[in-house]
Amino acid sequence: MQLVIFYIFAAVLLFSATMVITAKNPVHAVLFLVLTFFNAAAIWLFAEAEFLGVALVLVYVGAVMVLFLFVVMMLDINVARMREGFARYLPLGAAVALVMILEMVLVVSAPDAPVPAAGEPLPDNNTRAIGSVLYTVYLYPFELAAGLLLVAIIAAILLTHRRRPGTRHQDPGKQVRVRKADRLRLVNLPREPKVAPAAAAEAQQQTETK
Amino acid sequence: MMAEILELIWIVLKIVAIAVPLILAVAYMTYAERKVIGWIQVRRGPNRVGPLGLLQPFADVFKLVLKELLVPAQANKALFIIAPLMVIAPAFAAWAVVPFNAGVVLADINVGLLYILAMTSLGVYGIVLAGWASNSKYALLGAMRTGAQVVSYEIAMGFALVGVLMAARSLNLTEIVEAQAGPFWNWYWLPLLPLFIVYWISGVAETNRAPFDVAEGESEIVAGFHVEYSGTAFALFFLAEYANMILVSALASIMFLGGWYSPFHGVPVLGPIFDLVPGPLWLFAKMAFFLFCYIWFRGTFPRYRYDQIMRLGWKVLIPVTVVWLIVESLMIIFKIGPWF
Amino acid sequence: MQALRNFVNSFFLIELLRGLALTGRYLFSRKFTIEYPEERAPQSNRFRGLHALRRYPNGEERCIACKLCEAVCPALAITIDAAPRADGSRRTTRYEIDLFKCIYCGFCEESCPVDSIVLTRVHEYFMEKRGENIINKQELLKLGDMYEAQIAADRAMDAPYR
Repeated sequence: MQLVIFYIFAAVLLFSATMVITAKNPVHAVLFLVLTFFNAAAIWLFAEAEFLGVALVLVYVGAVMVLFLFVVMMLDINVARMREGFARYLPLGAAVALVMILEMVLVVSAPDAPVPAAGEPLPDNNTRAIGSVLYTVYLYPFELAAGLLLVAIIAAILLTHRRRPGTRHQDPGKQVRVRKADRLRLVNLPREPKVAPAAAAEAQQQTETK
Repeated sequence: MMAEILELIWIVLKIVAIAVPLILAVAYMTYAERKVIGWIQVRRGPNRVGPLGLLQPFADVFKLVLKELLVPAQANKALFIIAPLMVIAPAFAAWAVVPFNAGVVLADINVGLLYILAMTSLGVYGIVLAGWASNSKYALLGAMRTGAQVVSYEIAMGFALVGVLMAARSLNLTEIVEAQAGPFWNWYWLPLLPLFIVYWISGVAETNRAPFDVAEGESEIVAGFHVEYSGTAFALFFLAEYANMILVSALASIMFLGGWYSPFHGVPVLGPIFDLVPGPLWLFAKMAFFLFCYIWFRGTFPRYRYDQIMRLGWKVLIPVTVVWLIVESLMIIFKIGPWF
Repeated sequence: MQALRNFVNSFFLIELLRGLALTGRYLFSRKFTIEYPEERAPQSNRFRGLHALRRYPNGEERCIACKLCEAVCPALAITIDAAPRADGSRRTTRYEIDLFKCIYCGFCEESCPVDSIVLTRVHEYFMEKRGENIINKQELLKLGDMYEAQIAADRAMDAPYR
């Protein structure tokens, strides 16, 4: 039963991964990538790596791919022009693919792969297990990765952030700080003296004749 | 094999037992919203269909279901039809890990909190796709606003929940509630008050409700992302929005207001009296309070301007959560206060 | 000091809470709704609703086809054709009002020298077919007969101010 479900997920995963690179509409490609991530997460759940599975959905599907979709939606891609150089880039692409396949084979077939032997009981709460390993044994790599990401964030902001002169900007902070007293002055005006009815009628006549 | 099929049927039954009351709750949420907003505006609200207007939601549903589903000429038809489903699916899926009482939960998984965060962040796909597939400038603008808004407020929301998991030392929602066992001053709303408020504000923003409903913004972009939808598809967006509201209310009750515990649980005299009321009812009462607040906010606050929403999310809420996370960790390390 | 107070005010959402308190008070205040078909708001005797053509008490129609109403109508809703009747008096052969064009300003009533065309208090009328929005002389006279008591009473009540 489990095996059947696994193969269903795997088949959908492979199909959608293929569709990512063959779909003509870039928005469809992004959505197929989302589907791929979902199936990968499901397969991880089968391996009882629930933290990794849910984190994959949370980080990649919930945040990264939303931004991807956001950008792709805004683009006006000319599909025909993009497909022009297919034959020209084919050798390079094939080479990269070959290298990646080779690497994967090497990693998977490595004799000292850190895979727990079959039958070894997995820790009950693997969120806790990952946490305790991450913050003790792998603390320095972890902090290094965190620092790298921080640098990348700051660099990205610095590269894209620019103050264009001449544009009109509103500063919400400044607007929020405005108090009623800064803008509004309540003045007590004295009441106008009452005009006698006859005089009023006369005045009106005058304005009418004007 | 037989046992497996039986188990499957049992699970489906449990899903139905959650989903059907949820849909009914959504229906009456719309009724409550119209009533309460009516009262705030010194009106009476719907009172024509059935006694006190109680059948109004069904009249609305039948109206929507019987309407024609229009697809704009230049729309991307497949995505246009899938989009409402992509909004509704995560809104319902997240309920799988919500505990209603000790042990009464569909899936008692260890990463419940992360799962909830993952599911609530998926709803934005449907909205963005609906906006894009409609091939309408208003819908696209609405979708862009929602996308940016939801992604920003998710961060504040996630940080607020990090505070909860630091306090409870667990990602399992049942364990989080059990860590709060006790009277109401034992619940996390008190030690994590800033996080509670941030969570609640970002919850309102995450569900695109007033005063953060710029995604719909009927005064400037007519109805935002669902301007081109009609009939059943529109009803699905509606259903998802309200299901999400109920979900956020349930989560706020579970994370910060002690879930199914009564306000005087464990107090000598009052405790046993209040415990006579079953736990789920306490949870529902707390949810009802939050849902009322949703409507109350809508009846009170004018809509935020878009840049103000972004400023609030990034420059106010996130710094507040970060500061309070530091305070909280200091409290935990030095064992200050009775909570940790 | 002022800045500090502002900061505290905005940080503890004081103004938002004040707004919530205000709407919270209105939540429980008495409602102003008038449940229309059962309850009705009081109507002024100057109410300007559906049109009617009046008659003299002896049954003779008042309208003398002076076409002042047609001339004054800002929406050009009134169409009048006139011809001498068999007894030699000047009468309308056609008197039509397009209810879709009419803006219910009451100028026709003001301009009428014989108080013939009036606006009644009727505001609950409807059309079922195209073309029913144009009401002709017979219908207008019938309306006048139907509501004559009310029309006369309203005119009498308003007389001191004219």
